[in-house]
Amino acid sequence: MPLVLIFAFLAVLAVAGYVLGRRRALASADGNIRALHSLPGYYGWHAVVMAVIPAVLALAVWLIVQPLVIERQLSGFFPPEIVADDAQRTLVMADVRRVAAGLDVAVAQGALTADQADRIRTEFGSVRDRLAEVGVALGAEVTPQVLAAAQDYRALAAAGGIGRTILTIVIALAGFAYALMVTNKDFRARNRVESVVLALLVLASTIAILTTVGIVLSMLSESLRFFTMYPASEFFFGLTWSPNFRGNSELGLAPLLWGTLYISLVSMIVAVPIGLFAAIYLAEYASPQTRAYVKPLIEVIAGIPTVVFGLFALVTVGPFLRDWFAQPTGLGNSGSSVMTAGIVIGILNIPFISSLADDIINAVPQSMRDGSLGLGATKSETIRQVVLPAALPGIVGAVLLAASRAIGETMIVTMGAGAAAKLDLNPFEAMTTITVKIVSQLTGDTEFNSPETLVAFALGMTLFVITLGLNVFALWIVRKYREQYE
Amino acid sequence: MSDIIATGAAVPARPKNSILVEDKLMKKRNAAEARFKAYGIAAIAISLATLAIMLWTIFSDGVSAFRQATLTFPVTLDAAKLDPQGARNPADLVKVTTVGYGTLLTTAFRAHLQEKGVSTEGLDDKAVGDMISKAAPAQLRDSVLANPSLIGTTKDISVYATGRIDGFLKGRVTMQTAERDANVSPEQLQLADRLREAGILKLQFNSGFLTNTDASDQRPEASGLGVAIIGSLYMMALVALMVLPVGVAASIYLEEFAPKNRFTDLIEVNISNLAAVPSIVFGILGLAIFINFAGLPQSSSLVGALVITLMTLPTIIIATRAALRAVPPSIRDAALGVGASKMQTVFHHVLPLAAPGILTGTILGLASALGETAPLLLIGMVAFVANYPAGPLEGGVMDPATALPVQVYSWAARSDPAFIERSSGAIIVLLFFLVVMNAIAILLRRRFERRW
Repeated sequence: MPLVLIFAFLAVLAVAGYVLGRRRALASADGNIRALHSLPGYYGWHAVVMAVIPAVLALAVWLIVQPLVIERQLSGFFPPEIVADDAQRTLVMADVRRVAAGLDVAVAQGALTADQADRIRTEFGSVRDRLAEVGVALGAEVTPQVLAAAQDYRALAAAGGIGRTILTIVIALAGFAYALMVTNKDFRARNRVESVVLALLVLASTIAILTTVGIVLSMLSESLRFFTMYPASEFFFGLTWSPNFRGNSELGLAPLLWGTLYISLVSMIVAVPIGLFAAIYLAEYASPQTRAYVKPLIEVIAGIPTVVFGLFALVTVGPFLRDWFAQPTGLGNSGSSVMTAGIVIGILNIPFISSLADDIINAVPQSMRDGSLGLGATKSETIRQVVLPAALPGIVGAVLLAASRAIGETMIVTMGAGAAAKLDLNPFEAMTTITVKIVSQLTGDTEFNSPETLVAFALGMTLFVITLGLNVFALWIVRKYREQYE
Repeated sequence: MSDIIATGAAVPARPKNSILVEDKLMKKRNAAEARFKAYGIAAIAISLATLAIMLWTIFSDGVSAFRQATLTFPVTLDAAKLDPQGARNPADLVKVTTVGYGTLLTTAFRAHLQEKGVSTEGLDDKAVGDMISKAAPAQLRDSVLANPSLIGTTKDISVYATGRIDGFLKGRVTMQTAERDANVSPEQLQLADRLREAGILKLQFNSGFLTNTDASDQRPEASGLGVAIIGSLYMMALVALMVLPVGVAASIYLEEFAPKNRFTDLIEVNISNLAAVPSIVFGILGLAIFINFAGLPQSSSLVGALVITLMTLPTIIIATRAALRAVPPSIRDAALGVGASKMQTVFHHVLPLAAPGILTGTILGLASALGETAPLLLIGMVAFVANYPAGPLEGGVMDPATALPVQVYSWAARSDPAFIERSSGAIIVLLFFLVVMNAIAILLRRRFERRW
């Protein structure tokens, strides 16, 4: 039975459970709602929960376990050295699955009967050609082992499908029956339903943890695989980046890290003064009307997708810098450069810094300004000598957060910084960053068993650690040096 | 009293520099003050000017993508060529390839030029025919296959001119660039000028830009955003379906039920950290877990939606918690006071009151998710997709698709400058959706916002 039907069955059972559970509870109290422990609806919901949730859990477990079990069963068809090798086993199993799917299609289209599909042998002509007739393209000729395994796979999958259906339905019916059995006027249905709902709420909030765990585990395991193929010391301390898909790559982190930090530095040089002065003006000088118009306008910048900034860098800023600065001064001929990417990332980060700094400056109590102004300081002196020092930890935190964003920014550098990994000081040269290389090593058709693609995971891990470190550091600074005002 | 006596006794000499007359130091300090203020104004001016320049360049580059050079001329759909059997049998009609339709088009085009007296001197027949887009024969063929009764009739049709002719009409291609260009000759451009005078070649509103699928490098004129819009739509719908229940459930737990313990702390720390993780890291996660481990199809909207859901979840949780916190405790106390359980209080009273705030936050979160590009590149959505995904009920979310911001990126990466125009045009469409979503959020907030 296909999954859709199973779910339809569960839905019907749930509706029936709600109606019957509610009715049974009312009947047990002779229609007197006040004699029930819970509102009648809760008895209905209790039946729904009992019928559906255990069945769905069982189904989920089955769906995860079945492929693993089948794979173990099939390993008998192949020589142990193939089974022992991870990469080869994955390839063979993929073959088996493709052939099995091909046979399924052939049966579905009527090109083969179900019986023929089970008995077809490589000795009686090419299976590949038979499957090509029904529109299933196979890369290579099917070996007898793969075909036999595929036929076994189909049998096991069919058996598994039946088992899955029976198990799910039995559990659903059992839960349903149990719910109806325990339903009587004294049963504490509300407490049961509420604890299930609470469990679901807890489950939803653990997704954040699961995501972090997923990120760390996926990157860690692939990075470790990378370090078995490529020495970690050369990755972290190598000075050249020249991947070569035929082997003999040099995958040194240094040029990428340098490009990343250089571009982030340029972006901070643009963003910090502009963002900070904008925040100071808005918080201290601007009239309420000006503020009401200008602040949302600046925040519009933050709402624009980064790919738009990327195109701006590629089409406008890059050629402008090349024609007006780089070529006249003889510093470079490339539209994509550290300056291009840095300036555009800086623009992107202006609203980030200005709105954070604005909040922080506004949190400095008015009495401190009044004190300073009362002593005869001008407004700017007050800001420089009283307000900013008081707001400093928060501003440093905001700047660090902005730096972490600049380091992790991808689209602008992909479109505006270039692809050449260089250790250079000239800001008008094209350079590249960690994020650009993650994109370029992982897009396109890639097999996940060469160091050239796996290096992307090590790069991702590096990026994750750097940005996480900056964030934690920023929060620590804010917490440690924050002034507490009444 | 003593004060008055003192002032009366010895009136000090009025200082020469009063508060109204600036002395040197005061001048300096006031100048510093003015400078400081000017820096602030300059900073704001710079940021707003860059925003204006950016939007202006995008719009001025992109608006022309909605208009396309089209050639209009009558074509006789010759039954002898298109349907030799004369039975209008679909199986026979399919046998006539686009090449057949191509010759039909070019002959009709040349015949029309002769009839109108437009001289084609300096150009051979092939060069004249080459002004019609390579996508035109396929378009004509599709319309005939969809409606076989057209065969045998003569019909005025509009087909795309090639991208270079289009560029000439829009000022992107000039006589000078044409001399160095293998795809177009100055003579063709002169002919284009004459065609424009004859009213055959026109810039027309191009609805195909919104409905066509992507086209290859050679045919920028035929490319459109159809697949990207559908892909983005699928993704946003799935993200909304997944992120709203999970985000709201997580926020309710953290805000209303969670005891203060290490487990809760761990969740809180994780959420705030995830909000700051670079988006590309989520792309790596999606690639490793959803594609390599779970075996979901590459470039499908489903995987895109899963990745973006995980990415948007922290934002939604933060917004929802703020909305829940804004509901005053008196509401909870009142509900608990009349005997509601904690769960009933939350679901019957707090959640409905917080709903407008939650919805606003969710729409804003979705708007920022709509523009997300980097993680989608890693899960293969940057691939060339020539077919529409199937409908949502036929499993279209598993079909390869692309998304609006990704289309912007992949067009910008192509060499033909015609694609830069289309890339900017795609941004206009993207920004339009963003503005609409933000406007809805602002309206919702205005309409339902309550101050307690």
